[in-house]
Amino acid sequence: MSATTPATADLGKGSPGEIAGRFVRRNSWTLALWGLLGLMLVFTLTIQPGWGAPQLTILAIAALPYAFAAAAQTMAVLVGGIDLSVAAMMTLTSVCAAVLMQGQSEEFGIIAVGLILLMGLGLGAINGLSIVLTRVPDIVVTLAFFFIWEGAALLVLDAPGGSSAVWLRDLIIGPVGGFILPAELGAWIPKALLLLAVSLGVVWIPLRRSRLGLSIYAVGSDRLAAFRSGVPVDRTKVAAYALTGLFAAMGGLVLTMNTGIGTPIQGPYLLASVAAVVLGGVSLAGGKGGLVGPIVAVFILRLARQDLTLMSIDPNVAQVVEGLIMVAVVLVGAVVALRSRRS
Amino acid sequence: MVKTYGAVRALRGASLSIRRGEVHALLGANGAGKSTLVKILTGAVKPDAGEIVVRGQSRTVHSPAEARQAGLVPVYQEPALIPDLDVASNLRLTGTPAKAFMGWVSQLGVQELDQYAMVRDLPLAVLRVLDLARALAFEPDILLLDEMTAALPADLAERVLEVIGSQRETGRSVIFISHRLLEVGALCDRATVLRDGETVGVVEMAAGAEERIVELMLGESTDDEADVHKRVVSIGGTAMSAGGAAPAGGAAPAGGAVATERRPRLDLRDLSSGTRLKSVTFDLYPGEVLGLVALEGQGQDELFDILSGAARPSGGTVHVDGKESHFRHPADAIAAGLVYVPGDRAEALLMQRSVRENIALPTSARWRRWGPIGMAAEKLKVDAAIQKLQIDTRAQGEVRRLSGGNQQKVTIARWIAEGVQTLLCFDPTRGIDIRTKRQIYHLLRELAESGAAVLLYTSELEEVQLACDRAVVIFNGRVVAEMPAEDADEPALMRAAYGLPAMDSKAEAVLGLAGRGQTA
Amino acid sequence: MSSATDVMDETAARRGIDPRTIFRDRPIIPLIALLLGLVAVVELLQPGIVSERWISNIIRFAIPLAILAAAQTLTMLTGGIDLSVGIVATMTAFVMATQTPHLGTGLAIVVALGVAALAGLGSGIGVGIFRVHPLIMTLAVGLVVEGLLLVYQRLMLGTRSEIPELITWLGADRSFGIIPNSLLVFVPLAVVIWFLLKRTGFGRLLYAIGDNEGATRLAGVRYWQVIISLYILSAVLAGIGGLLYVGLIKASSLSLAVPLVLPSVAAAVIGGTSIFGGRGGYGGTIVGALVLQVLATLLLVLQVPEGTRRIVFGLIILGVTAAYTRITEER
Repeated sequence: MSATTPATADLGKGSPGEIAGRFVRRNSWTLALWGLLGLMLVFTLTIQPGWGAPQLTILAIAALPYAFAAAAQTMAVLVGGIDLSVAAMMTLTSVCAAVLMQGQSEEFGIIAVGLILLMGLGLGAINGLSIVLTRVPDIVVTLAFFFIWEGAALLVLDAPGGSSAVWLRDLIIGPVGGFILPAELGAWIPKALLLLAVSLGVVWIPLRRSRLGLSIYAVGSDRLAAFRSGVPVDRTKVAAYALTGLFAAMGGLVLTMNTGIGTPIQGPYLLASVAAVVLGGVSLAGGKGGLVGPIVAVFILRLARQDLTLMSIDPNVAQVVEGLIMVAVVLVGAVVALRSRRS
Repeated sequence: MVKTYGAVRALRGASLSIRRGEVHALLGANGAGKSTLVKILTGAVKPDAGEIVVRGQSRTVHSPAEARQAGLVPVYQEPALIPDLDVASNLRLTGTPAKAFMGWVSQLGVQELDQYAMVRDLPLAVLRVLDLARALAFEPDILLLDEMTAALPADLAERVLEVIGSQRETGRSVIFISHRLLEVGALCDRATVLRDGETVGVVEMAAGAEERIVELMLGESTDDEADVHKRVVSIGGTAMSAGGAAPAGGAAPAGGAVATERRPRLDLRDLSSGTRLKSVTFDLYPGEVLGLVALEGQGQDELFDILSGAARPSGGTVHVDGKESHFRHPADAIAAGLVYVPGDRAEALLMQRSVRENIALPTSARWRRWGPIGMAAEKLKVDAAIQKLQIDTRAQGEVRRLSGGNQQKVTIARWIAEGVQTLLCFDPTRGIDIRTKRQIYHLLRELAESGAAVLLYTSELEEVQLACDRAVVIFNGRVVAEMPAEDADEPALMRAAYGLPAMDSKAEAVLGLAGRGQTA
Repeated sequence: MSSATDVMDETAARRGIDPRTIFRDRPIIPLIALLLGLVAVVELLQPGIVSERWISNIIRFAIPLAILAAAQTLTMLTGGIDLSVGIVATMTAFVMATQTPHLGTGLAIVVALGVAALAGLGSGIGVGIFRVHPLIMTLAVGLVVEGLLLVYQRLMLGTRSEIPELITWLGADRSFGIIPNSLLVFVPLAVVIWFLLKRTGFGRLLYAIGDNEGATRLAGVRYWQVIISLYILSAVLAGIGGLLYVGLIKASSLSLAVPLVLPSVAAAVIGGTSIFGGRGGYGGTIVGALVLQVLATLLLVLQVPEGTRRIVFGLIILGVTAAYTRITEER
């Protein structure tokens, strides 16, 4: 799950050097983000020499819902839309998961996870279908669903409640440890990170190589050219929004795993997802970028927050700084989108 | 193999039939219905009536995918490749056989194609060739090429034409749409000519066929022509007495003669922009209506964008009244006295607002004028403009309820209300009724006589003699001809616009121009 | 197209009264009918509830909402939206309450509205110059304002805050037993907004930009000038709404007016202002705010949970915009 652009047909791959050069060219933005993340880790270590595996685990757990929100938003933005109901879908699926699992056996948790993921696909498909059928712009339709899913979450649970299967909660707590890897290395890999990589990879890697994945890029990049290339534009759009719903449902499950309950109030994930998508090199104009960039961006933004706390800055001031960073990112993203539209 | 059509909005009874293994040209002036026909053939638009028959079988073509199944593969003017995917992914998206594609690419003369290059980073000429190669790789029965050689450098164009010609041998048919008659003559077997949405003739390509094609595009014979003009006069006559007799040739010499002595209002030198507008130089004088003639996509859109302040040129200069000007926003152009009436009325109008608000719009544009509106004074000004243009005000609550002609008048009235120095009109009479056209010609003459400078781009060639003093013809991003209105009859303009070399009548026109130059 | 068919087209457009055109052109008429219908339903469900005092109460609570919805109406006319009105209103009220002991009532109000204007300037720059979608921009500005407000609250922990008598008198009190004093602010404000939209160049430009931004550009309008002014105005209106609301509630908290954001959008949409811009007016919005207030009472009487209320609002926005898209596409 590293290439920024979808894989290609076998038409002569070229020498290993060429392949590497191409990879660097195509992923320059993502590589720069990795570099930035590295620099921030160095900075973190200088202000807090004791920073180590436990802090990394905390960071990974904190970043998890943001990462899924960013992944969800990425799908909608790639197809040329935007989904304002991402955070609301996370809330709704989270409370549904908590209510489903309350008082049920541990094994039922597996069924519940399956049901919630299906529900996410369904919620997203409803968003997509409403956009395609009403022909109202994406941003307005998903604004309406922002309220609808939020209201539905309040109907499911009017106050924080429900519970989560214990094994699910254990899934994200602590490092991988000496499970397969040597213990020293395992201590440095948080379970949350592994969960993130596996859940996103299972969907993204096959998608990226599939016809559907190409179609999503095609519709987002140039609707008319996509139509003329024989891509079913409307169906592709609905599918992309369904995937947005799927990732949002994963985010919802993570919220429940993290807290052990469901909370019917939206977290700050909507704007954060847009900021991560923009910082992650996905063009708001659609069709450009990948999934890795936004995820790295999430870790950069979360680490920045952790650093502000480490520097014992008032959490309220930290929120302002975080907000300003997001505003700056969105402004830059808008300018880039404007440029690319003009050229 | 037969294809037949019935009536479609822009098409009324156009038909096209293509034999197996022939290269068949589809020709017609701007707005003759070519693009609509192409859209139907490729499944972008559903016809109201008529049918498509391939190998004796009636086919429905409601989507590009169905068109391909029917054996019909188009290559559009804008390449249908996804800009943010690489070449190989584009092939996978459309299920193109890669080997065949690569074979065609090298045959078409593009060497060393990087499969993994982003489409966005490739030059337009290469993209068009790739699009063609992709179409050929599908092994279509019928290949539809829209202006295939436009934007291609000469060597590539030659290879492309060669490959197209060689399709005959494999029994494939090609529909070839082009504005370049020379190319058509050299390549095609037959040509179907459309005019006003109808098929007016099918010509076997042979010596002298080009003349015949130009004739067909213009309208069959002189009898026909006279008939049309009679109709114009009678409608104009009954509808409005004063404006009916538009000043045609009579006013032209006077305007032309005066023009050379005065300082130009607008002086363009080597103006260029992007790939389309290469180098345009001409002057526009106060007191004249200058006609600008060009086929679609010869750079006129870019030219008007620059003059109206919507885009900046990549080279060359614009002088207004002798002062060099750089417009960064339409407001700058307006401040310099250049006002623009775009070709698409929908671009300029507030469709849901009233006639009055539409006409008064430029008044509030500057922030100093954001305050309370003097309603009485505004009404006077708007009413005067409405009066002058004879706008039908029965449905003035919402501009979108007006007829096309009245809408067009509103876009002009907006600037008349403020007082005009330089008016830039982009095909202002397209798709409107003949009476309104007459009124617009009359208005343009009137403005010129009161000292304004008018630049009129027109896709209807007879308008040059009806409304203009002088004509400039642009082909391939350059000015190829300049002539006084009385010489600018339709055949002369048509030849120049198609980039044909000087023929007999053209040579005369050039001589005539030179002679006039000496006397002036 | 000949001149004869032109004339026929136009007469056809004028002939006959299509119910759809009433909804599009005069939404206020069916809207008032809806309002009266809702009042009747409330009275039916709980006989005797509708009284002079009840009506006066509805108006008192509808006014802050109607002012926030004015901000929404103005921005929506340009095809925008202002989701920061809730937090900006809250901030204005909070700043006013905490500054009153230091600066006195008058100056505190001015300072608070000035801070609101700064927030509007931020949104305006983002939307007008950087061309960020208004929804995202105002959401982001809202986030920053919220953070700043939290910081400010910590700085102000030690100091006393008070809601001046003038504000509670205006926001909550009534004259002659039934006439809400907030009408003293609201009526002139509504007249000014009406005048702004109908009789000034600025108002014309708001409609024009929402109708066809490209056309305004061709006519020489500089988009950013209008948009920045608009978002500043929108934030100041939100501030005024917040001041009246805090007078009504009589307690300034950090989530004071936040729950009013969604109803403010809904009020404008119900009132016939198109979320795509170019169409609408303030009259409809005022009735829309009243409808929502009565609807809230009705849902309260029916003991409908908060969740359903939000779903209803969401469906209203989706339904109205979808219907509007359909109507405009058919023509």
